Parts: sequence; structure tokens; C-alpha cells
Amino acid sequence: MSNHMRVEFAAKSENESFARVTVAAFIAQLDPTVEEMTEIKTVVSEAVTNAIIHGYEQNEEGIVLVECFIENQEISLTIQDFGNGIANVEEAIQPMYTSKPELERSGMGFTIMENFMDQFEIESIPHQGTTVKLRKKFLKNQSAYN
Amino acid sequence: MSLTYEFEQKENVLLVRLTGELDHHEAEQLKNDWQLYLREGVKHVVVNLENLHFMDSSGLGVFLGRYKEVKELNGEMVICAINYDVNRLFELSGLFKIIDTEDSEDAALARLGVAL
Ligand SMILES: Nc1ncnc2c1ncn2[C@@H]1O[C@H](COP(=O)(O)OP(=O)(O)O)[C@@H](O)[C@H]1O
Ligand SMILES: [Mg+2]
Repeated sequence: MSNHMRVEFAAKSENESFARVTVAAFIAQLDPTVEEMTEIKTVVSEAVTNAIIHGYEQNEEGIVLVECFIENQEISLTIQDFGNGIANVEEAIQPMYTSKPELERSGMGFTIMENFMDQFEIESIPHQGTTVKLRKKFLKNQSAYN
Repeated sequence: MSLTYEFEQKENVLLVRLTGELDHHEAEQLKNDWQLYLREGVKHVVVNLENLHFMDSSGLGVFLGRYKEVKELNGEMVICAINYDVNRLFELSGLFKIIDTEDSEDAALARLGVAL
């Protein structure tokens, strides 16, 4: 099976739940487990939140792009912003690192993305934006063969 | 689904019950409301997560922030009824190493000396 979707929305915090619910609805066709579904919702929430608070520093005129490809049992997710970018990606992905401690950020977003997905990649250019690419292969739902 | 919450004071313990989804959008309002209740007469906090169905790292930030404030009051914070998904985030972040947990609200209150 192969399929594809792409949504674009304003960098408003209300849209964090919109983004994760939309992706969850799209991947439902793969019949994921409850745990897989939670993992996907969580990483979408993390990446979209990062675009809003770090990429655009809450400037709601920013645009966030979420794309999802399904290829057999594997999904590839792309979350993109056209904001500040990350000067030092190496530092940014360290567990507990946050550039915004005053906003009570925990610095665990990238660590969660890395742990919940099979593959994790960041492309970022200062003042141009950030693209986070995530991949995950879903377990085949055994009941489908019965 | 969004987030709703209720606060209740039992002796010197502030009880916080969260229902729904806790993300960055909900975190700021929760923090502001929570801080209003961390007033005179409150020393400890119990957070009940029984009905919290989704949380991301923004929730970790809120709990850590309130944990620090409770420590300043020389109090304790106990989080209870943590579900499987939230549990994974707590484990990943090492939050379990610093924040105490209990299976139920009653156990958490008892631990802080509230007569049930
Ligand atoms: N989309 C982005 N644009 C700019 N900077 C980002 C972006 N995503 C993450 N960062 C940087 O990486 C750091 C770590 O991100 P993360 O692990 O999610 O922690 P947190 O969001 O809690 O700060 C952020 O504090 C920020 O400096
Ligand atoms: Mg983050």
C-alpha cells in the first residue's frame, strides 16, 4: 500500500492538537496498535510545538507543514517550518537541552522523537528553517491474517 | 479533546486532578491557574493523572516547574495514577528519579499525612 498526505497550518498553539489528530486519522489505515498510535501523536506534537515556539517564537504568521507518506507498513513524517533554524543541531538534540528554560521547556522533545521512531533526521539552516524527518515501520497486525 | 482540571485543598495538601490532553497549548494556562493555588496553607501537592489521556514533553516541564516551587515551600509532590503512556515519558526523562509516585490518590494523600 502507498499513500500520501500534506497539510499546512498557521503556527498557533491551538493547531498542535489539530496536527496530531490529523496524522493519527491518516495512519489509522495501517491498523496501528494503541502504543504505535500514541507514539506517532506524541512525536507530531513535539515537532509541531518546536516549530511554533522555537522556529517562529510564537509569531502566529508562521506556516507549519506536515507531510506523511505510507509505503507498505512504513510511514515517513516530515514536519517543516521556515523560521529561525538551529545553529547547533548537535547541542539541540542533547537530552534536557533547551534554549527556552524560561518557558518551562523540558528539553526532552528530540529525545522523545528519537526514542519513539526508528529513524530521525534534522535538516536546519539558520534564518531559513528546520525540517524534521521521522520514519517508523509498523508491526503487521496479526489479526489481519486470521 | 482539550484539558480540564480541578483543584482541591485537603489540609495542607493541594490536590490537582487533570483530565484530557496536556500539550504546550494547555500548559501555560494550567501553570498560571496552578500557581494561584500554591498559596498560604499549602505545603504539599498531589497530582492525579488517572484521566490524563495524552501528554507530551510540555507536561514534563509543567510538573518540573511546580516541583521546584513545592520544594521551595519545603513540601513534597506526589504524582499518582500514572497510565502506561505517561509512564513512558516519565521514564525517558528521568522524572521518576526526583518525583515520588503512588498508584492511587488515597495512597498519595496518606503518604503526605492526610487523614482519609
Ligand atoms: N523547529 C525548531 N526551530 C528552531 N529551533 C529548534 C526547533 N526545534 C528545536 N529547536 C531547538 O532545539 C532545542 C531542543 O528541542 P527539544 O528537545 O524539543 O526541547 P524543548 O522544546 O523543550 O526546548 C530547543 O530548545 C531549540 O533551541
Ligand atoms: Mg520541544
